[in-house]
Amino acid sequence: MTQPVAKDAVDRLGTFQLAGEADGPALVFSQPLSFWGGIDAETGDIIDHSHPGLGKNVAGRILVMPSGRGSSSSSSVLAEAIRRGTAPAGILLERPDPILAVGAIVAEFLYDIHMPLVVCDIAGIVSADRIAVRVGEQGEAVIHKAQ
Amino acid sequence: MTLELTAQDQSMLDGEQGPSAAAAMKILVAFSNAIGARGLLDISGAHIDGCLYHGKAGLDFVERLVEGGGRVQVPTTLNVGSFDLIHPGMVKMPASEEVPARRLMKAHLELGCQATFTCAPYQTRFRPEFGQQVAWGESNAIVFANSVIGARTNRYGDFLDLCCAMTGRAPAWGLHLSENRRGRILFELDIGEAEPSDSLFVGVGLIIGQASGDRIPVISGLPQPRDEDQLKALGAAAATTGAVALFHAVGITPEANTPDEAFHGHAPDETIRITPADIDHALSRLSGVADGAPLAAVSLGTPHFSHEEWTRLLPMLREAAPGRGIPIYVNTGRATLMRLQEEGALTGMEAFGLIPVADTCTYVTSILERLDGVVMTNSGKWAHYAPGNIGVTVAFAEMADCIRSAAAGHVVRGAS
Repeated sequence: MTQPVAKDAVDRLGTFQLAGEADGPALVFSQPLSFWGGIDAETGDIIDHSHPGLGKNVAGRILVMPSGRGSSSSSSVLAEAIRRGTAPAGILLERPDPILAVGAIVAEFLYDIHMPLVVCDIAGIVSADRIAVRVGEQGEAVIHKAQ
Repeated sequence: MTLELTAQDQSMLDGEQGPSAAAAMKILVAFSNAIGARGLLDISGAHIDGCLYHGKAGLDFVERLVEGGGRVQVPTTLNVGSFDLIHPGMVKMPASEEVPARRLMKAHLELGCQATFTCAPYQTRFRPEFGQQVAWGESNAIVFANSVIGARTNRYGDFLDLCCAMTGRAPAWGLHLSENRRGRILFELDIGEAEPSDSLFVGVGLIIGQASGDRIPVISGLPQPRDEDQLKALGAAAATTGAVALFHAVGITPEANTPDEAFHGHAPDETIRITPADIDHALSRLSGVADGAPLAAVSLGTPHFSHEEWTRLLPMLREAAPGRGIPIYVNTGRATLMRLQEEGALTGMEAFGLIPVADTCTYVTSILERLDGVVMTNSGKWAHYAPGNIGVTVAFAEMADCIRSAAAGHVVRGAS
């Protein structure tokens, strides 16, 4: 029998687009989700009818997807969701996303809420994995994972 | 990171020029890192699309910059807001929404932005020149600046346009750089000797917007436009059905004297032919209304009517003399409106139902008295967005048909 994965095991490293720490269950999509037209900032519900996550809620989750998508208005929607507490606890992306970065940075500037936005390999993370995002000694993103 | 900052950039980032400039620079730096820009470049102007109230975060951001003593560093125009400040009472809104929406417009003025409140800043004295670097928001303005003028901007939006204005800097990437302005996809117009009607330009815009994706479109065979308003309509339509920020029209726009210049000597990735039937098909999707349907209103001026467009409209109004009380809303910039009033050009026009609207637009806020009937427009952009935004049924037509229909009381098209 293998040992259960220790909760503090370092699973992978990444780069912060916005540094912060977060804990939460993963919500993983293989398809990018646009915040504008895709998420209701009042509730955190996914409202994009063309997206497989329709009806799910992002609040408090670690949202994991390949990239961001769509209009620059997504910056406002993310900032507004962070303000209202309906945003994900953190976001892991395979590719950097300028639109989400702007929203996260504006929210940090205005409300002092640090929602980590991380670029890292997302392979092998599945929905409901317990994810912890920490800041490493060199400022790198340290991702812990437990099932 | 590979981003290189100048001493001046670094000084802003470090807060030596105040907290507002520091915040704006921090956001620019993070954005630049995310897109892989190597540095920032100077801009000569900005156009801010931040005056429509979409939520508290947007207002909080501007308020914080005001509190930090921030001022824009370059001439900065403002896009439409939720109100017509020139004609009080025209927009109807509950007080709970009105207070923050009015404050948002005013807070931008406190940052030193100009009270233009127009989606057509290229029709103001702040119009940029060929080759100038600017940071503009608002899709129709972006495509006009790049394509018709040959100024250089990316598609700036939420927060970023203002960060560029507050620092006078923009990330050096995308359409700011010559090599990225190269055409990629060719649209060959095959329309014979067709009259270059306004609708033709709208139709071409709708088609290239839909088909281009993130590739820069080049149009060959486009008839010489009567004026730049026809190119304005083309660009606005292309930025409505797609994300077009720059188009080249061979022999017409400034970076496309020849196909070779438009494609920077390369071959197009793809060639698409556009026939008259394609244009008719694209336009037919803008109006699901049969001729003869009763008319509730006419809305013109999306993007904002130019002085030249007014000069075409006013004689049409006098000739058709609509007398049924059907409102003819015309969205325009306050500077254009002021000029018309100084010229006395609008005297007596209210008798024909003319209602000029400044500072805002009839599809972003509640202006229309009646939403239950058909509204006619000559704008591809208005026809596309208004049904979703304000719930009206739209009939798209040439401006002359819109005015004749207002006189007849029902939809009349193709009358000559």
